[in-house]
This record gives sequence, structure tokens and C-alpha cells, in this order.
Amino acid sequence: MYAVNFLILGALLFALGVFGVIARRNAVMVLMSIELILNAVNVNLIAFALMNDSAEGHVFALYVIAVAAAEVGVGLAMVLMIYRNRRSIALDELSALKG
Amino acid sequence: MSALFAADVNVAQNVGFYIIAAVMLYGAVRIVSTRNVVHAALWLVLVLGGVAAQYVLAAAEFVAVSQVMVYIGAVMVLFLFGIMLTRATIGSEDGLNNRGWGLGIPVALLLAGTMIWVIVDEYGSSVIESPDGPMPTTALSDVFLREGLVPFLALSFVLLAAAIGAIVLARKD
Repeated sequence: MYAVNFLILGALLFALGVFGVIARRNAVMVLMSIELILNAVNVNLIAFALMNDSAEGHVFALYVIAVAAAEVGVGLAMVLMIYRNRRSIALDELSALKG
Repeated sequence: MSALFAADVNVAQNVGFYIIAAVMLYGAVRIVSTRNVVHAALWLVLVLGGVAAQYVLAAAEFVAVSQVMVYIGAVMVLFLFGIMLTRATIGSEDGLNNRGWGLGIPVALLLAGTMIWVIVDEYGSSVIESPDGPMPTTALSDVFLREGLVPFLALSFVLLAAAIGAIVLARKD
């Protein structure tokens, strides 16, 4: 197995996730793109753990999975609250803090 | 293509990797391009399942099972509930993208190009040795309960705070 396989897969997933975060207007879609980014990072961590034959990469990937689960829970709760207050989850309408 | 059959490279592992990676990348493109939010969530299931399959190929079976349980089991249900509670229209809809969404294409291309260039420059010829077997879960628990104990406990508090925060944010009062 070549090392570049996993790393290039991670890089492409990361770039697609960044594109989704920039391009998407719907808050739920942005959260999905963030999941793509976190999974790209996890693929890299597992690949480096395989390269060095160590367990630390696996443990760090599990930490990332747990933090991602917490992030989705809080993020979707915030999206629900915004939807309840404004009847819309379009991110470009949330410009109250713009100067 | 001839490099695929070089010595000490497991051909079956590589072929499996390329098939799964192609499916994952197609799914990821569909997530960021589809006009239907529910379809995007279902494509995300495909990508997350592909990531779990890659973990199995990379001898990380405990992480693969965790990925299936946490992402496909829990996070996707959260996403589908979020879509259901925030949107009434069924089917495709307009206005899912920002006005300046085209700006994302050069940014993503530049990012991917830079990272791939650096990766190929550094790891272009290195071959990962085939592991003896899956990483034993006892090795993971040794790390978790020794040097990783403090972040492990901190993570418990993060999850507790996230659960309480989600309830406080989302409840009607």
C-alpha cells in the first residue's frame, strides 16, 4: 500500500469539504461539509498510524470522532434555535454582527 | 499502472482502496453539489461508510466500528432530524448556494493542489509495510488509560457539556 494513497484521498476530501463550507448557504449543508473535513483529517491520522505502526493515531482519531459528535449536537441545536427565531437557516442572512 | 504491481505492494489492497476511494469522492462531490438536502445527507452516509471501509483496509478495526456506530448510527440520525425540523419543502430547492459560491472552486483547487504537491514531494515513493493484523484494542486502551487519560477525561466533560448545551439551546421555553 502506497502512503500517498491515503494522504491524497484525505487531501481531496478536505478540499471538497472546504468548497462546501464556502459555497453552501444552508446551515445544515455547512455542517455536513464540516463532517467531510473532520473525516479527511481522520483518514490522515489512521494513515500515519499505519505508517508508524503506533496506536496513538487511532486514539487521536477516536478523540476527533467524539468531538465531531459533540459539535454536530451543539451545531444542530443552534441551527434549530435560529430557525425557530427567524424561519430561515440561510447563513448570509445572519449578518447582525456585520459592521 | 505498472507501479501497482511493484514488489511488497499488496495488489488486492490497492484495488480495493481505489474502488472505495472513487465511490467516496463521487459521493463527496454530490454532497457539495446536489440541490436536495436529504440526498446530501444520504450521500454523506456513503462517504462515511467508505471512510469506515478504508479504516478496515488500514488495519484500524476499532476505529472503523466506532465510525459506523457514531457517524452512521448517531450523527446521521441527528442530521436527518435537523433537516426535518428546519425545512418543510420536499424535493430539490433553489438557494442552497451562496451568491459567491464560484469563489470556492479556485480556493478548493488551490488547496488540493498545494496539499497533493507537498504529499507527493514528501511521500511519493514510500510504501507502507503490510501490517501483521488489525491493531489490537488492548494497545488502544493502553494509550487511552496511560498518556491519553487526561484528554480522555476532558473529552467526557466536553460530551457532557455538549449534551447539556444542546438541550438548553433547543428546548422551547
